[in-house]
Order: sequence, then structure tokens, then C-alpha cells
Amino acid sequence: MTQTAPISGAPVAVTAERFTDGFRWMLLARTVEDKIAALYHAGKIVGGVYLGRGQEAFSVALAMCLQRGRDVYAPLIRDQAGRMAFGEAVLDATRSYLGSALGPMRGRDGNIHRGAPAAGIPAMISHLGSMISVVCGMLFARRFRGETGIVGATCLGEGGTSTGAFHEALNMAAVEKLPLVVAIANNQFAYSTPASRQFACESLTDRAKGYGVTGHRVDGTDLAACLTVFEDAVARARNGGGPQLVVGHLLRLCGHGEHDDASYVATELRARPENRDCLHAARLTMLENGWTTPRALETMEAEAYETVQDAVARAQRDPVPDPTRETWAALSAHWLIEGGPQQA
Amino acid sequence: VSITYLEAIREAQAKALREDPTVFIYGQDIANFGGAFKATKDLAREFPGRVIDSPISEDAMMGMAIGAAIDGMRPIIEMQFADFSSIAFNQIVNQAATHYWRTGIPCPIVVRLPSGGTAGSGPFHSQSVEALYSHYPGLVVLTPATVGDAYSMLLEAIALNDPVLFCEHKFLYFHLKAKSLPEERLPIGKARIVRSGRHATVVTYSAMLHESLRAAAELQKDGFEIEVVDLRSVKPLDTDTVLASVARTGRLLAVGEAFPWGGVTAEVVARIAAEGFHLLDAPPRRLNAKDTPIPYHPNLWAVHRPTAATIGAAVRDLLKQ
Repeated sequence: MTQTAPISGAPVAVTAERFTDGFRWMLLARTVEDKIAALYHAGKIVGGVYLGRGQEAFSVALAMCLQRGRDVYAPLIRDQAGRMAFGEAVLDATRSYLGSALGPMRGRDGNIHRGAPAAGIPAMISHLGSMISVVCGMLFARRFRGETGIVGATCLGEGGTSTGAFHEALNMAAVEKLPLVVAIANNQFAYSTPASRQFACESLTDRAKGYGVTGHRVDGTDLAACLTVFEDAVARARNGGGPQLVVGHLLRLCGHGEHDDASYVATELRARPENRDCLHAARLTMLENGWTTPRALETMEAEAYETVQDAVARAQRDPVPDPTRETWAALSAHWLIEGGPQQA
Repeated sequence: VSITYLEAIREAQAKALREDPTVFIYGQDIANFGGAFKATKDLAREFPGRVIDSPISEDAMMGMAIGAAIDGMRPIIEMQFADFSSIAFNQIVNQAATHYWRTGIPCPIVVRLPSGGTAGSGPFHSQSVEALYSHYPGLVVLTPATVGDAYSMLLEAIALNDPVLFCEHKFLYFHLKAKSLPEERLPIGKARIVRSGRHATVVTYSAMLHESLRAAAELQKDGFEIEVVDLRSVKPLDTDTVLASVARTGRLLAVGEAFPWGGVTAEVVARIAAEGFHLLDAPPRRLNAKDTPIPYHPNLWAVHRPTAATIGAAVRDLLKQ
């Protein structure tokens, strides 16, 4: 059952309320990431900062179709919006970036390399494509336990589809008919490499047929279209339709990380209508449809700003990791750690 | 009645499947076919749905195991040959090995690695990869040399909450036999003094234990009493037992089947040189395979790896110093 469902441009049936929910997460994501970028440029954050600017609609739409406590969601580096929509606290982001000892990774890992596996959010590693098979394993575990109606979803950029891990995992998921949704944000650049140097097929959805999975294509700057396509894909996966490959077209509106000015992205490319800012587009949609007012938008922005300021302030007051109190234990079997505590 | 090393591995898996509903096995050709070496013979029939054929996708197999492990299962992955685990290297060392440290959520997986050389197997079906994985924090690396250890250490590995690389030696699969399965076990992380002696210590593991024991028996004829230590587990490595042995003998030869650069034997020698220098009457020595890929032809293979003859010669050299 292989199908390519071109959704982009199709009439959408998304309610004002649902659209507004998505917009709020997008706005909050943009606000927290702008703040994190500012802190980075002010020298308050060590390591890298990786933003999802321009990808918020595509990211949030997937997460809004999932259920925390039931489903698995493995976000990647540009999924601040999706993370929060799936239930990750803003504080988890600020704590991870600011190196709080109270953050989900306790300073042992940072920035976007965070998760809460027990809550169905595996913590990504940097090696692209690696999380797909991990999600498959979590779905395997749930299938073993007889849990049904569960979906596992994960996100990747178009560059990540060039890995062997992507191929192996998608093929395995298809063989096992797992309820997997893989969201590919084709943001046109993998770090600096344009998509033309990444793959030669016309569209990444062409690959769906090769794997025996259902392919979907969507305008990743259109929140309503994204919600529609992910609702369809998630429902198909949940109802036994096997893996779903959803490709969203958009443009990364920032560098690979904040250390990167993305000067390799031509001005003309940025100016093209299809490369618009999804947040701006969503704002216009809401105003044009009378779903909000400029004043109400201002209130939403102020609320988002307050939330972010609070999360940053809390993270900055947190204790930092103390190397003298660190256990330095890489095994849970402490008695097997060389030079460590012996078995009682 | 006797049981082989391979049958012990099968029996340990059967016991684990019987006693723990969270255990399952995933690997290539392991279900109805019973595995390339028959280590899962009849298990798919006995435990329907829990011994599962995978595509030829070591990376995805390992990633799948990680996902299942952090979600409450205890997967066993059978790599068809240890050599092919290189495809899963990323998932093993970056994902499985770091998971507990990063998240606090343990990742209980046993990766079975049919390891080591057999005549005619060539460069890609003969490798000993224990040193590669031992290098990374967060992994336990086991190298059983006896039927009893193959059984009890595999069961212990499955019960552990951490990722374990279980290096089972293919050369021992069929040839090594015991009268029965062990009822008592020596815990993981403890080396075993297999033969006592007072003139020199040979520290080894896996198939090289048997070559070393043959060498020791040969040297006995000339009146040399060689102590042979089986590491059993290379990570963690039981430095104390090796130190105590060297304290008795004053001489150390570390023998391994893996390639010579770095590795387990280098680690043993480095530790004894650092912590037991005063115990040594002669420079500590190492004996490994040659620094080339593993050859196909039995004539070449027989001299590529250490044997009882070359181990015996190395010990005689050591005794002269």
C-alpha cells in the first residue's frame, strides 16, 4: 500500500482554535530561541546553539497530532516548537542550554541533546538518522507488551536522509509494519550543502515507494496544511497503515547554528514566496480569517516573552554541575566500574 | 552426556527467554533457521514471536535494541559475525554506551559477537573486536573461554542493566565440551587462575586460554610451572588477580588473538608496569596476532595468530631474562 498524497495547496479543514494553539507554540518557540540566541551571542552559553527558525509550523504540527503518555516522539535539532507541543517544559530548554545541574541532562549533555525517555522522548545523539531505529525499538517494546494504537514519530532534515542509518531504519520499519511517522524537513541546506548535492531524486517522497511506505508532501510554511497532512499520516500509522514519510518544503531561516551566518544562502532564494516565514504566514492567516486581532496578538507575544524570561531567570539561578560531586559512573552496575565502589 | 560451548549459549538464551518475558532475540537468520551457527536452534519454535529475523541492517538492529531496552525490554542482538558489528559501531558506542550516563535511564542489551578466527574464514569473518568496544565508557565486554562461563556469563549479562558485548569464540563453539552446565558461577569482573604456577604468569582470555594451557603443559615437561590467568571479562579487567599472580611469579606474558596495536594485552602490561613494576623480575611481554588482516589460507592463518608453540617460545624467552 504505497501512496503519495500531495496535500500542499489542498483545501484545509483546520479549526481556528487548533490553528491558534499551533501558532502559540510556534510563537513561544521563536521567542525562546531568539532569547537563547541572544544569550549565546552575549557569551552566556557554551557550545552550540541550533535553532528551528522557519521550521516551527512543520515541527509543531507533527507533535500536535501525537499524545504524550501514549506515543513516542523523537525530536531533532530544529524542533523546539514540537518539543513544547508534546509537553516538554520551556525550562528544560533553558536549563539544558545554560548548563543547569537540574536540567534533564544535568550538564552531562547540553543544548538540543536532551530528552525524557520515560516520557516517550528519547534524547537525540548527533549522528543523523540514528534516532529512527531507536523509535522503532520503542514501538517494538510496546508491541511486545500488547499495547496498541501507539504511534512513534521522529524528525530529520533532508541531509539526514543521505545516511545509511536512515535507509536501514526505514526499511526495517517497513518490514515490521511499525506505526512510525518520519518527518523530513527539507530546509534546502544541510549545514552549507544545498539539497542538489544531497540527493538526486526529484522529491524525497519518491523514496517512499522504494521502501513500501506511504509518502506525503506538504508546504512546510503552511501551518494548516502541515496540521492536515500530519493528522492524516498519524491516523494512518495508528490504524495499521505502516510507516509514513512526510516531507515538508521550507527554508531554514538561520544558520546551521548561531555560529554560522548562512551567507551561502542567496538573497534571491530567501525572497522567494515559497520560502516565507511560517510564523509570519500564520499570523497573517489568523488576522485575515478574523481569528485574532492585532491587540490579541500583542498579548500573546507579551505572554510568550514573560514565559521565556521566567524560564531563563530560573535556569540562571540553578546550581551548576559540581565535578567533585559527579559520580563519574558510566555504568548503572556500579560494582563493575573499574576503580569504583565494589559490589556489596 | 556432554554439552558444547555453542549449546551452552543456546541453553542460556532458552533459560532467559523462559524466565523473563522482556527478553527477546533479534538477528539475521536466527528464527526458523536457528542462526548461522545454530545458537538459536529451535528457540523461535519454543518462544513464538520472541526470536525474530532482522534485515541485514546491523545499525538498525542495534538502534532497535536500544529503543526496546530503554522502553523496558532486554534484547539480545545476534551479530552474525563480530566483524559485522562495525556497521553498528555508531549505535553501540554513541547511543547504547552513553545512554545511562546522559539520561539516567539504563540500556540493558546483550550484543552477541561470534568472534575470533577459524581456519579458512579470512579477513571479514575472523576478527576479535573486544578492544574496540572496551575503549568506550559505558560498555561491559565479556570474553568467555569455557563452556561454563559461556553459560553463566551470558545469563549474568542478560540480567545486567548495561550494554554488554558478549564475545563468544567461534573456534570454541563445537570443539569445547563440558559434562554439564555449571551450578555455581564466578561473577563478571573476576579473573580465574586456571592453572597455578610459580615461574611465570600468562594472562589471556577466550580461545587463547586453551593455547596457553597447552603451552603450559608442554613447559611442565621441562620443569617450568606456568600460572595461567583467564581474564573472562576484559572490561572490567581484574587487575588485582593479575597483580597477585605476578607477585608470585615475577614474570608476565599477556596473550591475545586480536591485532597487536593497543588492545587488551597492552592494557594488561600497562597496568602491571604501572602498579606492579616492583614485582617484576623481567620486562613484561605481549603476544598477539600479526599486524595484517587475518589471512584466509590455513597455512597463513596458523601462523598469524598465537598458538601453543609460539606462546611456549615466548614464555621460554621470558624465563631466560
